[in-house]
Amino acid sequence: MTVLQEAEALPKTAVRPRGISRQERWLRRLPLLPALIYIIVVTQIPFVVTLWYSFQSYFWNAPVPAHFTGFSNYASVFTNAGFRGSLVRSVVMTAAAVIIAMILGVALAVLLDRKFFGRGIVRTLIITPFLVMPAAAALVWASPMLDPNFGLMNYLLAPFGVHHEAWLSVFPLESVIAVMVWQWTPFMTLIVLAGLQSQPSETLEAAKVDGASAFGTFRELTLPHLRPYIELGILLGSIYLVNTFDAVRLMTNGGPGTSTTNLPFYLYQQVNYAFDVGGAAATGVVTVVLTIIVATLALRMFARVFQFEEAR
Amino acid sequence: MTAMTARVGPRRGRDVSKQAGWAVLAWVVAIAFFLPVLWMVITAFKPESAAETWPPKFAFSPTLSQFRLVFSGMGPYFTHSAIATIGSTILVLLLGVPAAYALSVQPVKRWRDGLFFFISTKMLPIVAAIGPLYVIALRAHLLDSIWLLIILYTAMNLPLAVWMIRSFMLEVPGELLEAARLDGAGRIREIGSVIMPVIAPGLVSTALICVIFAWNELFLAINLTVTNAATMPMFLISSVPQEGLYIAHLSAAATVASVPVIVVGWIAQRSLVRGLAMGAIK
Repeated sequence: MTVLQEAEALPKTAVRPRGISRQERWLRRLPLLPALIYIIVVTQIPFVVTLWYSFQSYFWNAPVPAHFTGFSNYASVFTNAGFRGSLVRSVVMTAAAVIIAMILGVALAVLLDRKFFGRGIVRTLIITPFLVMPAAAALVWASPMLDPNFGLMNYLLAPFGVHHEAWLSVFPLESVIAVMVWQWTPFMTLIVLAGLQSQPSETLEAAKVDGASAFGTFRELTLPHLRPYIELGILLGSIYLVNTFDAVRLMTNGGPGTSTTNLPFYLYQQVNYAFDVGGAAATGVVTVVLTIIVATLALRMFARVFQFEEAR
Repeated sequence: MTAMTARVGPRRGRDVSKQAGWAVLAWVVAIAFFLPVLWMVITAFKPESAAETWPPKFAFSPTLSQFRLVFSGMGPYFTHSAIATIGSTILVLLLGVPAAYALSVQPVKRWRDGLFFFISTKMLPIVAAIGPLYVIALRAHLLDSIWLLIILYTAMNLPLAVWMIRSFMLEVPGELLEAARLDGAGRIREIGSVIMPVIAPGLVSTALICVIFAWNELFLAINLTVTNAATMPMFLISSVPQEGLYIAHLSAAATVASVPVIVVGWIAQRSLVRGLAMGAIK
């Protein structure tokens, strides 16, 4: 059964790999090997070393060499409120940013799918935030845009009763999420727009002839068609946004207090300010285990995207 | 007949005004999204005294003095960023094209597992290994070296690249490949003279995405480099002083750091859209 599915799942242009010689099988593997070995060496070895150091007491600044401490690093990871807090903030920031960016992305894509004057320019303007260097975006938002005394945002919102709001002190988490959304909405828009433009126009025409309302057509026909595109945008967005560091480091430096400290920033602090390699490694291992659980679920979603591809 | 035109007339009029409404909305949203970028560029041309005022100044005599200051200090940072970005992108394509071939045109038996493995490495957060990565780099004498960034940025972008290039290869018509095989073309000739010309635009958009992510990367650079390999995002951070007025200077630095990728992205946006969409679903 599985073999059958495997065979059917192959791309149409492919030559079926069944019933081929041993030599031929190795010839097929050959082009894959350099990339595979490279990625194993560069991405997997650091994690093995991380596992090793997670059982060691190792401080940069201490004269004592690294030595085995058993599970004490792990004990402190789980008893440390700093880790739990940054884990929760990571999840909240990523989920909020991805969901809001996707909702805006769908809306903008629907807007851009119509023909109107200057559509090319509008699309160019909308994709620009995605192209801005994240460090630059964070710094520009932190000062020229959101500065309580000189910022453009307070000036634009003054007619609405906003008076010299100190955004980064009063709404730190919301401000960081807003910048993440600003940068990733264009990405979501592009993916959803591609989905909209791949929708066969005959079905839409047919729905129109049948007298379906615009909203009904969108809900019943367009959204199901967009589903794999939306899932993919959410998946890729999460992969990149869960590692958000620039906006946190440069807008709020994790603060005030620890109110914007997410996992990447927490690990950065552990290595650079607490000099605690062992502790950072244990935090890293726990993070990886949690990520693997989430990623397994995500890969299932991915597998569905592939089934969609095969069904077409 | 007349009745029909009479009925079509007003409806058409309503459609036109509705369409104009959508167009206006789209323009408003686009300008709102672009505003921070525009403000960054405007502020970059201000003298420092005009950047820190209330209300913000819209009329001022533009000056290039901030840019002069930025250009005088950014040389080495720009060079490091350019080498790390171009070097890693070339390496990604050299490794990615054969790998994508082995996962699509003449697939290995477990191509699906292979593809999932590449993607799954993207899901392991590299930040988790940053401490040990520092120790490894130290022992290998790669700390603060441009080679380290090239190696890591290649690993960072390779999975997405393999995935995108694979999707472009699947678009190569089967008949073309059949014909080449009948002509007795070997694998290398098949890739070089049949597949490459077809997927060239796709390779451009793949390279573009790699360039964007490598040029903009900060976390690895800030943790693993100091001066010999410090990149443009780190130059930006150094442009924020502890005290004094800095908003105009910061905006000029941010503009200079972002402009290369923005311009390349604007020029190649069609291929960027295509690359994302195709890599997305195929």
